[in-house]
Amino acid sequence: MVNMIIDGKNVAATEGTMLLEAIRGAGISVPTLCAHESVSRSGACRLCVVEIKKGNRTRIVTSCLYGVEEGLVVNTKSDRVQNVRRLVMELLLARCPESGLLQKMAQEMGIAPQLRFALDTDKGTCILCRSCVRVCEEVVGVSAIGLFARGSHKTVGTPFMEQSEACIGCGACAYVCPTDHIVMTSTGDKRKIWGRTFKMQACSKCGKFFAPVDQLKFISKKTGTSFEELSVCTECR
Amino acid sequence: MKKISNPQALRQLQETLKKDFDPNKKLVTICAGTGCRGYGCIKVKEELETEIKKQGLDVEVRATGCFGFCEKGPLVVIHPEKIFYQQVKEKDVADIVSKTVASGEVLEKLLYRDPDTQQTVLKEEEVPFYKKQLRLVFGQNGMIDPTRIEDYLIIGGYSALAKTLSEFTPEGVISEVKKAGLRGRGGGGFAAGVKWEGSRRAHGEPKYVIANGDEGDPGAYMDRSLMEGNPHSILEGMIIGAYAIGASEGYIYVRNEYPLAVLHLTMAIAAAKEAGLLGKNILGTDFSFDIHINKGGGAFVCGESSALFASIEGRAGEPRAKYIHAVEKGLWDKPTVLNNVETWANVPLIITRGADWYASIGTEGSKGTKIFSLVGKINNTGLIEVPMGMTLREIIYDMGGGIPNGRKFKAVQTGGPSGGCIPESLLDLPVDFDKLYEVGSMMGSGGMIVMDDKSCMVDVAKYFLAFLQEESCGKCVPCREGVRRMREILEDICAGKGKEGDVELLEHLSTGVADGSLCALGGSAPNPVLSTIKYFRQEYDAHIREHRCPAGVCKALITYSIDPEKCTGCTLCSRVCPVQAITGEKKQAHTINNDLCTRCGACIESCKFDAILVK
Repeated sequence: MVNMIIDGKNVAATEGTMLLEAIRGAGISVPTLCAHESVSRSGACRLCVVEIKKGNRTRIVTSCLYGVEEGLVVNTKSDRVQNVRRLVMELLLARCPESGLLQKMAQEMGIAPQLRFALDTDKGTCILCRSCVRVCEEVVGVSAIGLFARGSHKTVGTPFMEQSEACIGCGACAYVCPTDHIVMTSTGDKRKIWGRTFKMQACSKCGKFFAPVDQLKFISKKTGTSFEELSVCTECR
Repeated sequence: MKKISNPQALRQLQETLKKDFDPNKKLVTICAGTGCRGYGCIKVKEELETEIKKQGLDVEVRATGCFGFCEKGPLVVIHPEKIFYQQVKEKDVADIVSKTVASGEVLEKLLYRDPDTQQTVLKEEEVPFYKKQLRLVFGQNGMIDPTRIEDYLIIGGYSALAKTLSEFTPEGVISEVKKAGLRGRGGGGFAAGVKWEGSRRAHGEPKYVIANGDEGDPGAYMDRSLMEGNPHSILEGMIIGAYAIGASEGYIYVRNEYPLAVLHLTMAIAAAKEAGLLGKNILGTDFSFDIHINKGGGAFVCGESSALFASIEGRAGEPRAKYIHAVEKGLWDKPTVLNNVETWANVPLIITRGADWYASIGTEGSKGTKIFSLVGKINNTGLIEVPMGMTLREIIYDMGGGIPNGRKFKAVQTGGPSGGCIPESLLDLPVDFDKLYEVGSMMGSGGMIVMDDKSCMVDVAKYFLAFLQEESCGKCVPCREGVRRMREILEDICAGKGKEGDVELLEHLSTGVADGSLCALGGSAPNPVLSTIKYFRQEYDAHIREHRCPAGVCKALITYSIDPEKCTGCTLCSRVCPVQAITGEKKQAHTINNDLCTRCGACIESCKFDAILVK
């Protein structure tokens, strides 16, 4: 265990864990948008910043990526911290004014949209937290989507924005998307996502369409379990 | 070349090569850096060879690396007299060969002429541009053919490596580099020896050393000229560094837009390997080290260490949080030392001439020399190498020759796009890492863009922010969105749509972007804005409050008119105007229709009587 002082409180944390968990464990709330539990950390949204003090030096770090350290003094509410968090929210609100989640978070933080910024109309509700890209690569293991271009042109999508052969239609990306930017519609024996229509497999027992055929084939190939065995929905298994 | 089996054999080989090299022998060197190639120096070189052959002379023509004085290229030096010819054209070659090469007669018209006194200068070192320079790292460029390892060996090349392997322990090298006070030349100015020590102590195999040659600042090309002109000096530094750290593999990350640098580095690596100076059992010792070249796609952000690693690893060039230092977990999460190419090229000097000698050059906190690329509104565009602590005034006026066309100096931007603009009142600032930082700018990799009174500082800030917006990797919110919003506000100000409070908003954004960004690109992106607000606030106010661009640059805020007193009615302006906005009779004063005028500036450039007024 390592001992730290967070917002004036003594906090003990397990070695090798991140500050974010230690802070939340101490009952202090920290806003995050890109730290999804099922994927690796990226430090993209910068909402979880805190100010740390080592010796006489203070600096701003992202708590989601900074490991706990003996003797560390952490301030989660300093002016510098608030300033960065507020700026990030203002910038994201201007990028995705339609996002209900951002509106709610901004309200909780007491932040009104910055009027000097022209609102974007072409970004949907994508905040580029890249949770979708990470889940597709790290959890699903197909890397059907990725990030393209750089700077303010950065976008998420399939290669060349064309229909992806690698995509198995699992919908993990839509599931982890915090702002519901990724649209997936499942109706009857069809599922639509990333511009592709997937054929759904009917459960061999109850007949309910429960998963894309491509996804079951992928799992079958990866695990060696027969397709027939996989063709039973989770409820009937 | 035969493999050199031990340090002693290297010394013998150098002696043998030196014997064949008579310093009093006639030799013609011609700068074949990228700048001079642009002027057509390769044709001049071929012409020189043809002419020398034709006249039956036995004189070598050597295409060397960049001499630095790019403003006056192509540059030719006749040895041993060291007669310095500038702006040499193909048509001059016959005279050069028959007069200067054959009989030592000096061609006055090709000598450098002092613009003030009109006096000609015979030798390179007497030209004001070179006079105050201390070219320790860059000076050899002009003597060697970078494609021949023998040339580098003759001037003592790889002696530092031999000395390292026979006289130093790895720890000894690190302590020497630390004692010398060498700081990284790529921007951060971190103590190189401390970095090396951290990596030596770190656990993990293999360890890597990397040379950062991703130089991406607009107007900066010193790393390029070093890679093109003296690639072995970089290799030698890296090999010594690898020995000190215990690294077995190295990379040179060079942007693919530098084809000549890639070629010369590739040739240098092959030659060094063949000579046993690189690869397995270097100079017969049990130390082995290999270097690969990694060609970058030209993204500015890939100069950032973690983005550079990502790029070498085959992933998109995006930085990651560096809470665990690269010296412990860098490339492929292995201990890695990344230094700029110029830093590496300094290493052999420290080993050969000693840390005490090296530390005697420069200022208290910044040792040695620094190469700067001097560009913009300056008479002598080029690369200079000066001891740390030289003042901006000496650099800009004594070496740079001041501002062209008698205009007034306004500011100098140092440190690349994320550096700051330094005003005239600070011209006597001694240039080193700490002093530049204190005034809101930075050393960066050594770019210096000089601006005259015709530059609008709001426009300058807008230009750099636009560059950084494009070059941001787009990963973190403050940099991707914040820099964009800052640029939008600057664009509005330049378009006459600035609002009261914009400057304060820019300052507010700057703090958040600098504090909140993931890497140094975002961290330093506000510098051009903050430094121009700090030193040129009145220009922002003129744009916002009076809708006026004092420098006459921002098109939405200026109008053109013709001074009827000065206009002779020559009609030239009306002919060059692309939108037919200028009308008038021959030999009568012309007028500009401001509804049509796009303020492109073509009329101003064409007018020989200074009759176009900008308000």
